[in-house]
Amino acid sequence: MHHRPSVKQPQPCDQGSKEQIIGTENRNRDSDVNSQNLFLPPFRSVSFHFSAFSKKKIPFQWERGFNRQKSPLLSPPVLLAAMAEIPTSDYPTIDPTSFDLIVSGTGLSASLLAAAASVAGKSVLHLDSNPFYGSHFSSLPLPSFLSYISSPSSPPNLYSDVEASSQSLPEPSRSFLVDLVGPRLLYCSDETVDLLLRSGASHHVEFKSVDSSLVYWDGKLCSVPDSRQAIFKDKSLGLTEKSQMMKFFKLVQSHISLTRSGTTTESGEEGGVMIPEEDLEMPFVEFLKKQRLPPKIRALVLYAIAMADYEQDNGDSCKMVVSTREGIETISLYTSSIGRFVNAVGAFIYPMYGHGELPQAFCRCAAVKGALYVLRMPVIDILTDKESNKYIGVRLASGQEIFSSKLVLDPSYQIPASLSPRETVVSSNLSSYVAKGVCITDRSLEPNSANILLVFPPKSLHQEQSTAVRALQISGNVAVCPSGFFIVHLSTPCEDAALGKEYINSAMKALFNSRELPAESVQAQTKEEGESVEAPTQEEGETKPTLLWCCAFVQELREASYDGAVSICPMPDANLDFRNILSTTRKLFQNMYPGEEFIPQNSAADNIDDDADEGSPE
Amino acid sequence: MHGRPRKATKQEDPAAAAAKSARLRELQSQLLHFHHNRIYTKEAVSVSSKLLEINPEIYTGWNYRKLAFQHNLKEVSDTDTDTDTETIKSAIEDELRMVEVALRRNPKSYGAWYHRKWILGQKLVLANFDHEFRLLDMLLKADARNFHGWNYRRFIARLKDVSEEEELKFTMDMINTNFSNYSAWHNRSMLLSKLLRKKAKGFHEEESILSDEFELVRQALFTDPSDQSGWFYHLWLLDQTSTPHKPHLVSSWPSDKLNIEISAQFKEKCERFPIIFCFNQQVDGVNLATVTINSKLVSSEHITWKPLSANNSRKSKIWVGFLENFNKYCDNSEGLSVEISVHCCESIVHSEFVMKLSHMDHQGKNGDGFEELFLWDCPKSQEINPYLVSYDPWRLRVERVEEDAKWHLDTLSAEIALFKEMSECDEDSKFVKLTLTRLLGAHNSIKSGGSAYFEEILKLYDDLIKLDAPHYRYYRDERSLVLLDQMTSSKDSLVEYCSRCENSSFSCINPQLCINFSGLNLTRIGFVERLLWVQILDLSHNNLTSLLGLEALQLLVCLNLSHNQIMSFTALEPIKSLQSLKVLDLSFNEIGSHPVDTTRYLCSSPLSHSCNVTETMEELARENIKIGDFWEAILLFESLQLAQLDMQGNPVTNERFRVLVEKVIPCLKWLDGKPVR
Repeated sequence: MHHRPSVKQPQPCDQGSKEQIIGTENRNRDSDVNSQNLFLPPFRSVSFHFSAFSKKKIPFQWERGFNRQKSPLLSPPVLLAAMAEIPTSDYPTIDPTSFDLIVSGTGLSASLLAAAASVAGKSVLHLDSNPFYGSHFSSLPLPSFLSYISSPSSPPNLYSDVEASSQSLPEPSRSFLVDLVGPRLLYCSDETVDLLLRSGASHHVEFKSVDSSLVYWDGKLCSVPDSRQAIFKDKSLGLTEKSQMMKFFKLVQSHISLTRSGTTTESGEEGGVMIPEEDLEMPFVEFLKKQRLPPKIRALVLYAIAMADYEQDNGDSCKMVVSTREGIETISLYTSSIGRFVNAVGAFIYPMYGHGELPQAFCRCAAVKGALYVLRMPVIDILTDKESNKYIGVRLASGQEIFSSKLVLDPSYQIPASLSPRETVVSSNLSSYVAKGVCITDRSLEPNSANILLVFPPKSLHQEQSTAVRALQISGNVAVCPSGFFIVHLSTPCEDAALGKEYINSAMKALFNSRELPAESVQAQTKEEGESVEAPTQEEGETKPTLLWCCAFVQELREASYDGAVSICPMPDANLDFRNILSTTRKLFQNMYPGEEFIPQNSAADNIDDDADEGSPE
Repeated sequence: MHGRPRKATKQEDPAAAAAKSARLRELQSQLLHFHHNRIYTKEAVSVSSKLLEINPEIYTGWNYRKLAFQHNLKEVSDTDTDTDTETIKSAIEDELRMVEVALRRNPKSYGAWYHRKWILGQKLVLANFDHEFRLLDMLLKADARNFHGWNYRRFIARLKDVSEEEELKFTMDMINTNFSNYSAWHNRSMLLSKLLRKKAKGFHEEESILSDEFELVRQALFTDPSDQSGWFYHLWLLDQTSTPHKPHLVSSWPSDKLNIEISAQFKEKCERFPIIFCFNQQVDGVNLATVTINSKLVSSEHITWKPLSANNSRKSKIWVGFLENFNKYCDNSEGLSVEISVHCCESIVHSEFVMKLSHMDHQGKNGDGFEELFLWDCPKSQEINPYLVSYDPWRLRVERVEEDAKWHLDTLSAEIALFKEMSECDEDSKFVKLTLTRLLGAHNSIKSGGSAYFEEILKLYDDLIKLDAPHYRYYRDERSLVLLDQMTSSKDSLVEYCSRCENSSFSCINPQLCINFSGLNLTRIGFVERLLWVQILDLSHNNLTSLLGLEALQLLVCLNLSHNQIMSFTALEPIKSLQSLKVLDLSFNEIGSHPVDTTRYLCSSPLSHSCNVTETMEELARENIKIGDFWEAILLFESLQLAQLDMQGNPVTNERFRVLVEKVIPCLKWLDGKPVR
């Protein structure tokens, strides 16, 4: 029996419906406080800490769990900065020295694995070299973010081509929390959400909905007509387009509901129509053409609803063809997301305080199940058996050697070639890079929305643009920046860093009125100067938000891999959601512990049962 | 809520159910006791609260509370000279709270809603409107289409004097939340009508407002053509666009500038000459005061006007007046010239006509003209046009079209183009097809002559009958109307259905023209305003079940209804007022096929007439014929002076019925093609 750290457990906190995980205070500000209790577990005031360190007991706390209500922006890096410079001798000693699993790095995938292993009854040691949770999935204050991605200490090539505008950081710069995974969202019906609910992690995160979904078309921002009502209200679609789009949605809807109800016949007798099997195999774009949808609606469906990354129209030369089956699946997820939570507006939700909350929430689940957590503890070496040359344990920065049968590593960790995992988990991402941008603005892209998803379909910025650029505006109401400011994340997959950044920059230019464009776009600016005489765009520019600060960088996509004992987690991918990361993680887990279920259905309930046990002496 | 099956009530524990019903019974008897003894104490009232809490449908409970409220209020104001407003306020609040409790149990309880309206309608204290609107918001959130909620909202809006503009905005919000909301669309149409009628600020330009509404509803229709709510709104808009607001005269007999030649026989036989007005909508008040007659010989006092409608209402589209003893005036060699002005509808309409005795008298035999059997096989002759003098359906309409129809026509044309496009991509949508037919029909009704869409409409109705079988009767009816519209739309088209009757010998004011609308699958009669002058009408071999509309054809002498689907004598009600009818063919219908005549409940009941027992009835009784069995037949035939009747091939016809007919119609000469003894 392994050591179980004494954990002061949170109180059982599942009062309301678990399905309702969206915060309500913003929209019903004046509704009475009691009504909120229906939606929010009364967890916030519960102190939750554990002392895992037998020799030198550092009370390790979930800082934000304590007093989130009072100062929501007191993020871990702020607190931990004070403790960062701990001399080597002050590293805690870990006891016991043998575990079933050691996880290094607290990214989403790693945290999920730690939680899943703990739920499955494995003893887990979870380490992170950083003084904060989340690794490459963290949300960092602006200055820390900038130093994190440009730090020479970070592994080579993971983040490159970092270029920030020369303007000073907007103040208070530490109040801007920047997602390393941005732009990213969760579908309400996302598996990630199910996992949050299943594991009880949902008690530790709160979500806000994205108010609107826009698409950049013909040099203008139009809303994405993603529901019956949205199609009705849309001002930019023609009448025939509306009816074509609705008809297409109905077809998909009928297909989805028949698929769900398990009807095996090709066409349900009761009015329902299923999409024939051969159509499901064809490229989605061909299917849309077959449905006689005009180009604009095809683009809307492909890039703004089915979230295709690459230009789908150029046939065989297309890099990643979305099949009809995949397209329909995403639409199915999209439509089932709308209305899943009563108080969510659209299909997407965003976690309060940024995406860095998600790995933390799963770490908490793991901790509740007995996992041991040590931050600021780098793994400096991997120990192998001399004879078999197989993995047996790790050496920590403290010099301590810890042994385990399995190891999970951060993708940034450089491991000896002899130990390098041989099998990669097949990822559907073909590109090896994703170009990203982070902007801070003073005004929303759309007057009455705070949190906005925006897609630039291929060719919408210029003729050569071959990938879709996605942007996400988030605001003070998700507590990532002071109110009155907005953070806009942009991304596009690319193979060539320069090209990717060019797309990002032209997207920024299309959206914002910049006082000073970042250095790398000087080229573009000079180009424009030549034309500025004939094209005065000033009046249009006045309605655009002003760019206060921005940066662009390129992130390498590293694939997850494994062999028997050592697994390497995936990096944040170029997708909008976590679905791929989740399925990769699941595969890693199944490889590590065949036969164990990945966070089974009732693990949250177990959680609460455990709590009850905890009260009585063991 | 619509389209959602009602959930079966949960199986209650039998013991609990029994206890509950026992409690209900007890409370109910207590309530009745208090009610009958007029006990309105606090305890007594609380019993009614308990009862209504469990079952808000007990109307007596609500009524009792109203009485108690009034009683207690009176007591307060009697004892206290300056009425204690606080007491009243709290009494009102108690009632409102009670209603809320009841509504929580059943948000569609009529009694509860009415009680709330009643309480607030007293206007004893200023209502807390914020609270009322909050309640409504809550209710409409639970079910946005609860019409009780919408009714109550209208009530509260009126009480608070909320502007119609504001309520209009609210309907827009509701439609934006979910456009499948009949109630919201309906309220919108009500509010808009009011605003347009008032010509409120921003609502002067009806045409631009309606154009905007068309634009709005189009968004709903094109987004989801299978949703009905938008179509209903579209129908309302179409009605606003195609129907003139003010009533106007559509046609008259005699038509304007008509020279009527009256045969000597007709003059001798008929003492009364009918003058008929047809309006586009129901009007009342056609009387001596509103009709001016300008003539040397006739004054308006000679004419009494009466509405021609099946339901005895005082309003009617068709009004008839009889010029009594007109034969006196016709003797004048100049003829009788009459100029009539009607000013019961806002515009004054003139009609001028001249009546003269015909010189080319019919060469037929003397006598009253029905010595010989009238046969319906009129041969088609070539020259009809010169005889179609009385036909003049367009005069009044053309005037109107020239006035202000440009916007209407443009709007309709635009809509037609849109829906044609829509029906191309969505071939099986009955809503699209039906709306298209209605649009085309509306276009037809505004634009006179020429490029009418008849063929297209008829084809669409044929399609609809196939596409939407459950409503085929409606489509057949509409199709019949379109067909009649087409046939009567112009002289040229009507000529196709006209023939001259040579073989008859009865008196007639016109050259004898027979209109032959047989074998056309008609199920309904319409456009009678264009046929007011018709004397011989053949409607045989159709599918008529109702004759509504025929009452306008006051000059009708011969009517052929054989081979139709008339089920009862009650269905023949409209022809009762045809005083000049002589020849009636009812053979091969289904009169008497149904033991219970259901139409009699829709038409005026014979029991509502005071009817004297006549000699004929006594005679029938002697013949052992039960009058009760043939009540409608007797009333019908007694009011007509038929010379020739055909009743073969009806279930009702038998020897005894023939005896009855001969007795009831003494002037009958031919029955079922055989001379009457």
